[in-house]
Amino acid sequence: MLKTVTQLTVLSTVLAATGAMAQDATITIESWRNDDLALWQDKIIPAFEAENPGIKVKFTPSAPAEYNAALNSKLDAGSAGDIITCRPFDASLALFEAGHLADLADMPAMDNFSDVAKSAWQTDDGASTFCVPMASVIHGFIYNKEAFEEVGVDVPTTEDEFFAALDKIKADGNYIPMAMGTNDQWEAATMGYNNIGPNYWKGEEGRRALIAGGQKLTDDAWTAPYATLAKWGDYLGDGYEAQTYPDSQNLFTLGRAAIYPAGSWEISGFNELADFEMGVFKPPVQKAGDTCYISDHTDIGIGMNAASENAEASKTFLAWVGSPEFATIFGNALPGFFPLSKTPVDIEDPMANEFVSWRGECESTIRSTYQILSRGTPNLENETWGASVAAIKGTESPADLGAKLQEGLESWYKP
Amino acid sequence: MQRSNTRWHIAVFLAPAVLVYTAVMIVPLFNTLRLSLYTEIDQHRVFVGLENFRTLFLDPIWSKQFWNALANNFWFFVIHMLVQNPIGILLAAILSQPRLRFAAFYRSAIFIPTLLSFVIVGFAWKLILSPIWGIAPDLLNTVGLKSLYAPWLGKEEYALTTLALVSVWQFVGIPMMLIYAALLTIPDEILEAGEMDGITGFSAFWKIKLPLILPAIGIISILTFVGNFNAFDLIYVAQGALAGPDYSTDILGTFMYRTFFGFQLQLGDPHMGSAIASAMFTIILIGVCIYLFGIQTRMRRYQL
Repeated sequence: MLKTVTQLTVLSTVLAATGAMAQDATITIESWRNDDLALWQDKIIPAFEAENPGIKVKFTPSAPAEYNAALNSKLDAGSAGDIITCRPFDASLALFEAGHLADLADMPAMDNFSDVAKSAWQTDDGASTFCVPMASVIHGFIYNKEAFEEVGVDVPTTEDEFFAALDKIKADGNYIPMAMGTNDQWEAATMGYNNIGPNYWKGEEGRRALIAGGQKLTDDAWTAPYATLAKWGDYLGDGYEAQTYPDSQNLFTLGRAAIYPAGSWEISGFNELADFEMGVFKPPVQKAGDTCYISDHTDIGIGMNAASENAEASKTFLAWVGSPEFATIFGNALPGFFPLSKTPVDIEDPMANEFVSWRGECESTIRSTYQILSRGTPNLENETWGASVAAIKGTESPADLGAKLQEGLESWYKP
Repeated sequence: MQRSNTRWHIAVFLAPAVLVYTAVMIVPLFNTLRLSLYTEIDQHRVFVGLENFRTLFLDPIWSKQFWNALANNFWFFVIHMLVQNPIGILLAAILSQPRLRFAAFYRSAIFIPTLLSFVIVGFAWKLILSPIWGIAPDLLNTVGLKSLYAPWLGKEEYALTTLALVSVWQFVGIPMMLIYAALLTIPDEILEAGEMDGITGFSAFWKIKLPLILPAIGIISILTFVGNFNAFDLIYVAQGALAGPDYSTDILGTFMYRTFFGFQLQLGDPHMGSAIASAMFTIILIGVCIYLFGIQTRMRRYQL
């Protein structure tokens, strides 16, 4: 009885709404980015609603740690919002396979994105794309400009120059050459291995070959970055073995370290904390003139609930998220999270602008372990953390690390 | 008038405790044991018998992690038995000296860390030992021993021992309190009788008090054993779920957590996680049984 009444109420509301205006719809966005609530409410949603009268948008984020679980139960119960913010790779792929996310491959806005950008939200064969790529983070190095001037080093572009600069800073003695610790492990892999690595395995070429089975983690291209990381140990601060991620951030923003192996997400935090001028440089290439490769890692996408009752309005919204206008608003409000669309975006923050300019000079790739290769046990991403730490500390040789990782991967993955 | 033989009041009085305990302890426990016999294939739960345990003990990748965690757990326990409990007994013996001044103050001061949350203890010690901001390097420097300093929490060979000692610092108050209470129950007459026979000072402790507090020491040992094999929080707070560096601080608790809930890109596997939890339960059960049937029944008790 109650159910019928509710259904009737809903029906009459829908009828009333459609009666009032052909397009009137309210769409709800599920997201884990509760940090960005103000940005959505003050900038993004008003801009969209101004252009699309008749569609109302509600942004309803939940806490990052609870997002996946909360979203899954809401989807199963049929109470999830119309628009779903997508985690990259397997988490969203599972949702698509369970039929919760709509296939968006034939949406025209998808042409605004490169294949690398879309790879995080595609089925393994690339046939279906289920989320519009929203933002990525780029790896590189942030440096203290004043320290570089004081010591008299130039911004390095090749690996030789990079280590020469580190030597000079170390000899000068006033600055810790590089701020990174191995206590939390992930920095060594994310800001170390996957930062400098693409230059060795030639970005997408190597990454795809690894997935296809053409290359192995024991190949030179995959072990050489460990050999380079092994040289880093000498330039990290005293006791770097117990240095945590916040320790490294503080060391750098307090002006005690000269170089910080970084991801672009650090930009807004560093802008607030550091009172010296900062610059950025991309991962140095091995020989001058080599093609450079950068890790331009897809992080956030946005897709549509397959069970949405406002499919048309939701598609309009997604098409708008794929447009250059959204990219400009988003990229400037969150410097360091870069829109993924092909059209270049004017970003005002100088550091963020420098980061994003590399897309024009270098080949983009994503972190090598994220797609497909971290589905099984042992988990390649987690194992890479440990391996990168072992490389920096010098506890294991690059060849041994490569052999160990390959053995672990082979135990469950057949190309 | 004949009184009924059924004593209903027993059931009535037991009911609340039994119900609550069953709901929050016994059912989840058996459910965990049951879950460890299943696995998930194509989004369906399938019964696989002891397959998960075969993987855990025989698959080289899993068994290596399991034995590593178990060995680390034993080392964690050994440090507690060798450091925490003797120090606890010593502190209790000192505190029970009637002539000691400020005994109440020392007692509270030593006991307070026990009341602190693991999170506070973990972060505080991480800061104290930090090579960058910590006071440990500076303190060692002022006494000229800077060369002894190492980033302990970041070195494979020291990290676990360091964390075990932090845990000892936190929990030394518990054996101290239990032994202290046991020492207070020893009647003065016995000690005075001993004095008449010329047993005083240290030998009074060794020959009279220690045998009398042995049951309390047994209880402490088993509490330490259970606590250590269930430990998780301190390692997780200080080193994260990967229990670095290079799994050197990985104990069964962190291994179970990582497997059950997943970590970073690793998706959680409740079935393997339950298998590890069941293994932990069995280990603790065996330990407690050894104590109950092997040690406690043979322990001499004295009527005081």
